[in-house]
Amino acid sequence: MHNTINTINTINTIQPELTSKVIKEKVKKNIVVDVKNLAAYFGKTKVLKEINLPVPRNKILAIIGPSGCGKSTFLRCINRMHEVVGGTMTGEILFDGKHIMKYDPVQLRRKIGMVFQKPNPFPTMSIFNNVVAGLRLNGVRNKKKLSVIVEQSLKQVALWDEVKDSLQDSGINISGGQQQRLCIARAIAVQPEVILMDEPASALDPISTAKIEELLYELKKNYTIVIVTHNMQQAARVSDLTAFLYMGELIEFDKTSKIFTNPALKQTEDYISGRFG
Amino acid sequence: MEFNLLRRKVNNYVILSLTFIAAAITVLPLLFIFYYTISKGITYLSLDFFINMPKPVGEVGGGMANAIVGTLILIGIGSAIGLPVGIMTGIYLADFGRNKLGKVVGFLTDVLSGIPSIVVGVVAYTLVVIPMRHFSAFAGGIALAILMIPTITRTTEEMIKLVPDSFREAGLALGIPKWKTSVNIVLRSAWKGIATGILLGLARVAGETAPLLFTALGNRFWSTKIFQPIASLTVYIYDYAKSPFSEWNQQAWTASLVLIILISLISLLFKFLTRSKYKSR
Amino acid sequence: MFYKSQLKYKSKTKKKNYFNRLVEAGNWGDLIFERLTQFFALLVFLLVILIGYEMYSGSRLSIQKFGWQFLVTSTWDPVKEIFGALPAIYGTLVSSFLALMISLPLGLGVAIFLSELSPGWLEKPLSFLTELLAGIPSVVYGLWGIFVLVPWLRISVEPFLNKHFGYLPFFRGAPYGFGMLAAALILAIMILPIISSISRDILRSVPDSQREAAFALGATRWEVIKIVLADSRSGILGATMLALGRAIGETMAVTMVIGNRALISPSLFDPGYTMASIIANEFTEASSDLYLSALIELALVLFVITIIINMAARLMVWRMDRKWETVK
Repeated sequence: MHNTINTINTINTIQPELTSKVIKEKVKKNIVVDVKNLAAYFGKTKVLKEINLPVPRNKILAIIGPSGCGKSTFLRCINRMHEVVGGTMTGEILFDGKHIMKYDPVQLRRKIGMVFQKPNPFPTMSIFNNVVAGLRLNGVRNKKKLSVIVEQSLKQVALWDEVKDSLQDSGINISGGQQQRLCIARAIAVQPEVILMDEPASALDPISTAKIEELLYELKKNYTIVIVTHNMQQAARVSDLTAFLYMGELIEFDKTSKIFTNPALKQTEDYISGRFG
Repeated sequence: MEFNLLRRKVNNYVILSLTFIAAAITVLPLLFIFYYTISKGITYLSLDFFINMPKPVGEVGGGMANAIVGTLILIGIGSAIGLPVGIMTGIYLADFGRNKLGKVVGFLTDVLSGIPSIVVGVVAYTLVVIPMRHFSAFAGGIALAILMIPTITRTTEEMIKLVPDSFREAGLALGIPKWKTSVNIVLRSAWKGIATGILLGLARVAGETAPLLFTALGNRFWSTKIFQPIASLTVYIYDYAKSPFSEWNQQAWTASLVLIILISLISLLFKFLTRSKYKSR
Repeated sequence: MFYKSQLKYKSKTKKKNYFNRLVEAGNWGDLIFERLTQFFALLVFLLVILIGYEMYSGSRLSIQKFGWQFLVTSTWDPVKEIFGALPAIYGTLVSSFLALMISLPLGLGVAIFLSELSPGWLEKPLSFLTELLAGIPSVVYGLWGIFVLVPWLRISVEPFLNKHFGYLPFFRGAPYGFGMLAAALILAIMILPIISSISRDILRSVPDSQREAAFALGATRWEVIKIVLADSRSGILGATMLALGRAIGETMAVTMVIGNRALISPSLFDPGYTMASIIANEFTEASSDLYLSALIELALVLFVITIIINMAARLMVWRMDRKWETVK
């Protein structure tokens, strides 16, 4: 509770005019990921500038903005993948109230799953092994337990009926849309708290995209989702909250309905109505 | 969970340090070989080594003028035969090679590059030495040519394929015949890459010994005649290394040093060419 | 590229007409250019056929006399003119496989270090050094082998192995220095750059999305590398076989340190022979037609073995190259 109020105070100082409604909505929810004054760099280039953004539990937060605005980098800061590619960051990201730098990156990433733009199943592993790859890393060996989790996870992503007879086939012999759902199943099999999605549907056909969007709605019940997308209709359809990033800065953050119907800033309105970006 | 994580992290660090050790071990023999070649070879490295003939057993000093010239002549004969064949075949594979002949020749080029050099020596022996009834620089040159053809063919082909089609189209649109487009535009923009391929091929054959043992044979005297046996640095190193005379052993080290310097010069040229190619782009 | 397809199309439909039109248009140049390059391509084609034929015809005498016995008998006696290649085949295979066992883990370690771990400033010089290793002539390795490696083996390594592991048949007998162990070690050094540089390229060809997927699941760096390795296993197998092909055909360095005796012995201290080193040693001494023919047959066997290995290797590396196109 205390934490939440803190966050809202932070938002207040940055964007005082927006938060009154947010407070009413979010005050009783707790915040899973709390981003404070985050700045991210590649070498000396600053790609994110002082971002403040609370992510409430069991909500879908969409991050929109033109290409190169730092959406993906923002996502990668949260599970410390940014440092894998040689980037650095300053500021604070609190995950369950603890600074992410105080976590072991390996453990942090177990609790914050990620799904990428292009489906990337492991081609040398079967569908079954793809799903349990994360569990195996964590030392789960019990075959029965693994089978249960595989079934659960694949059902959750609505892939079970399509692949239940071919669990031992390679993970790349299925369609792109199925591959992406397999990757989501792989991410949720380790029971993370948060799932980060980096344009998960951009490489897929419309039908697969629709399936993924449906799936997001289901997943919201158990997980908190941060999704990066350049497709504004998608953001409007699936998310509860939307953040608009431009040139590494957080321009506006509010309820999705508010952003898409009555944005506070002209810049946001221009972007949403397609006048730039 | 905690214990599992600890185990995984320990595993991680142990194996990662093993790869570092592997890298160190790999570099070690190289440093050793360089150290010995330089420290032992430098004893006799002087102008004398380049301008004098080998001395008979028991006499101190002498050089390998004939072998140095012989090696250059052998590379020269090899290039005179191998370069045109390799380059033209490469052009064929790149420009006209999408048919059966092209595929077969491409495959055979790979076959050729896998043949051990000693086998190539045997072939050059049966092809050239037996009909001519004596060992010769020419036979050695043929063997070296066969060895350099695959390298040169493949690099030529790849370099030509790297030239964007728009270059050709531009030439053709100007009404230039295809062959002139190929020669003047495509080859001209690919020549640096092809030159590096040539150098790579030369560096490869410069150090060859096995195919020369029973083709060029070796010669203790000064000879530049193409149809006579000829001396080469590598065969000298082999003979002198096996000999019981420490004087000759010493000279083998010096010859190795000279050979490595020769090859390094070739590969330095190669590095230089590849570097300037990327800069211009 | 585009006029090639044009050419193909034309030649399929009206072959004669195409050339006629070229000639009518006074475009002799194109025709000559194509024919000229084609001539050289045919030359390469004929060359390989010729190599195979020459070796077959050169070894006919020996093939007729010994038949398959040549490959399975172990007497190599030039005086009585009895030739069995088994010791040479044994020596070739044992020295090459031993070399592979030593250099595969090392080469893979280097490849992993170069492609996944090493900081940028270290990677370039290290790659350059391993490539230098590949550029040293075989005969220089042999020279180094005779004067540095062999004495070291004779004075320290072999007595040590004999003392502590002498109960194994591999480490028995007098420590000559010259022998199978020396040959295997020098081969290992020589094929290391092949394994490490090809494996490095193959590891690099694995898309980063695979590494990210593993990292995002909470894998440690080594666990990420394990997944990358699994992805590249066929390519690495190909690299290993290319290296094996090189080791089997390697001549000079091995000839200089292996001791050159047609002997089949379990002890690695004992001298041996390889197919390549018999040819190198005895070819100019071959006094009779049958002797020469037997040596040429050895070359033929070597030729066939290396071709099979190389083709298999190239197939694997090639399959690896294609693989990611379906995933991407």
